[in-house]
Amino acid sequence: MSLLTVKENISMVNNGNTDIVSAVQSNSNVVFDTKDLNLWYGETHALKDINLTINEKEVTAIIGPSGCGKSTYLKTLNRMVELVPTVRTTGEITYKGKSILDKSSKVEELRTHVGMVFQKPNPFPKSIYDNIAYGPRIHGIRNKKILDEIVEKSLRGAYIWDEVKDRLKENAYGLSGGQQQRLCIARTLAIEPDVILMDEPTSALDPKSTLKIEDLVQELKKDYSIIIVTHNMQQAARISDRTAFFLNGEVVEFDVTDTIFTKPTDNRTEDYISGRFG
Amino acid sequence: MKYIDAEQVSKRMGTRIAKNNLLKSLFFMATLFGLIVLAILIYRVVVDSVGWIDWNFLTGKLSTAAERAGIMGAILGTFWMMLVVAPVTLILGIGTAIYLELYAKKGRFQAIIQTNISNLAGVPSIVYGILGLTIFVRAMEMGNIILAGGLTLSLLILPIVIVAAQEAIRAVPGFLSEASYGMGATKWQTIKNVILPAALPGILTGAILALSRAIGETAPLTVIGIPALIIPFPEGIFDKFTALPMQIYYWTLDSSLVAEYANLAAATIVVLLLLLFVLNSAAIFIRNKFQQRF
Repeated sequence: MSLLTVKENISMVNNGNTDIVSAVQSNSNVVFDTKDLNLWYGETHALKDINLTINEKEVTAIIGPSGCGKSTYLKTLNRMVELVPTVRTTGEITYKGKSILDKSSKVEELRTHVGMVFQKPNPFPKSIYDNIAYGPRIHGIRNKKILDEIVEKSLRGAYIWDEVKDRLKENAYGLSGGQQQRLCIARTLAIEPDVILMDEPTSALDPKSTLKIEDLVQELKKDYSIIIVTHNMQQAARISDRTAFFLNGEVVEFDVTDTIFTKPTDNRTEDYISGRFG
Repeated sequence: MKYIDAEQVSKRMGTRIAKNNLLKSLFFMATLFGLIVLAILIYRVVVDSVGWIDWNFLTGKLSTAAERAGIMGAILGTFWMMLVVAPVTLILGIGTAIYLELYAKKGRFQAIIQTNISNLAGVPSIVYGILGLTIFVRAMEMGNIILAGGLTLSLLILPIVIVAAQEAIRAVPGFLSEASYGMGATKWQTIKNVILPAALPGILTGAILALSRAIGETAPLTVIGIPALIIPFPEGIFDKFTALPMQIYYWTLDSSLVAEYANLAAATIVVLLLLLFVLNSAAIFIRNKFQQRF
């Protein structure tokens, strides 16, 4: 493992992609490293000097009041934010040591490593099977047997296989909201990502479905790095290893979740988690 | 202290309900007006055509003698022309809509094109006839053949198809394409697998309504110079031809000379109406079949 890291670092230095200091600092279990990220929507300065390091196989929660930039930051990590035409960024984000904001890096490739689950369940108006097979198909897998295996594995991975195995050919919109959201998670697993971004994945769900998704996140973190934006502070406390508190486009505090919730260093964090604003 | 006075409310209740009922009957009468006019029109046409629609009329060749006249040539002419109009309009129309909605950068250039397309939809059809005559018949030396007529009608309905397809594409919810992009799909993969299937019912409805309009168009064809009387059946898109609305036009025009021509025109109108009815039913069927639930 360490040998591999050294090799990677050397090749990075040779390519001139990263300076020596950060190459040495980057250790094998960092997935996303954000340096001095600034982002504007037209004239609006939405993210200000963001510096965050996100570790592999951990759950990182991003909390903060509405409009603080937490969803924007999440969508920057797979560059979905670029769907807004007026977006402009400065600074750097590296994914496993490679810069992702360059024009030369292929956004389609990034998104196969970094999957995303959205706020509102958004299955395609297709069958359950075709929803899961969508990702593998666009990446060129045509073999029916392999697709069958991926579909089963992904649905099992999202703990929804037993509920849908007899109705794979039925329209995904026949499922309940909570099932739809787990289907969307399964659909993301099907592209075999390393990271899963979740943008308030339970805000449209009832408490029981929410609990199921939270349990699922705990299971998934064994194999995936998860970054979850949430409005629900109890949820962040329950499921995350680290928590970042965003306010007005800045990271106020980023630490181990227990520390954030028990002894935050910044007054604003304390005010927010104790419910004094937001 | 209540702001809404219960006594005042019950006092005004009668007027409010009366107003509601009055407007309801006004709107109903507006609907009735269109229905009555349409019913009278159809009644007159059907009465005039009774006894004139038979097998010989449907399959026969044109003739100056009213008893022997048939409209097979015009039916075939319309059929071949639609075989030109449908693919040309669908490909150009959907292609343009995809480009404008999904690829073009929103800006001045796009806004200018958009305004022009909307304006073109309002240009009188005879102007398109002049355009077709200038470009296809004369400049490209096609002559007044089916291809020239079909291309002219394509130009005429293209703006309608583009606008309908744009609206259908715009109506596809953004969360569907986001899901596709989020899995690493390219723009074209997203368009092909998510956006077009969801927009298809709307696009097809617009396209078939536009085709119905093309089938009934007469003015552009008169300008192109479709002959009044042509005996041989057209066998392909490079033949000279006549079409159903042209036949109606000429027979109505000449009914002052031969009274029976009015009956022939009426019979042709009934055939054209039936054709349109079949086409529109197909549109509804297709829309329901491809309608997606989300």
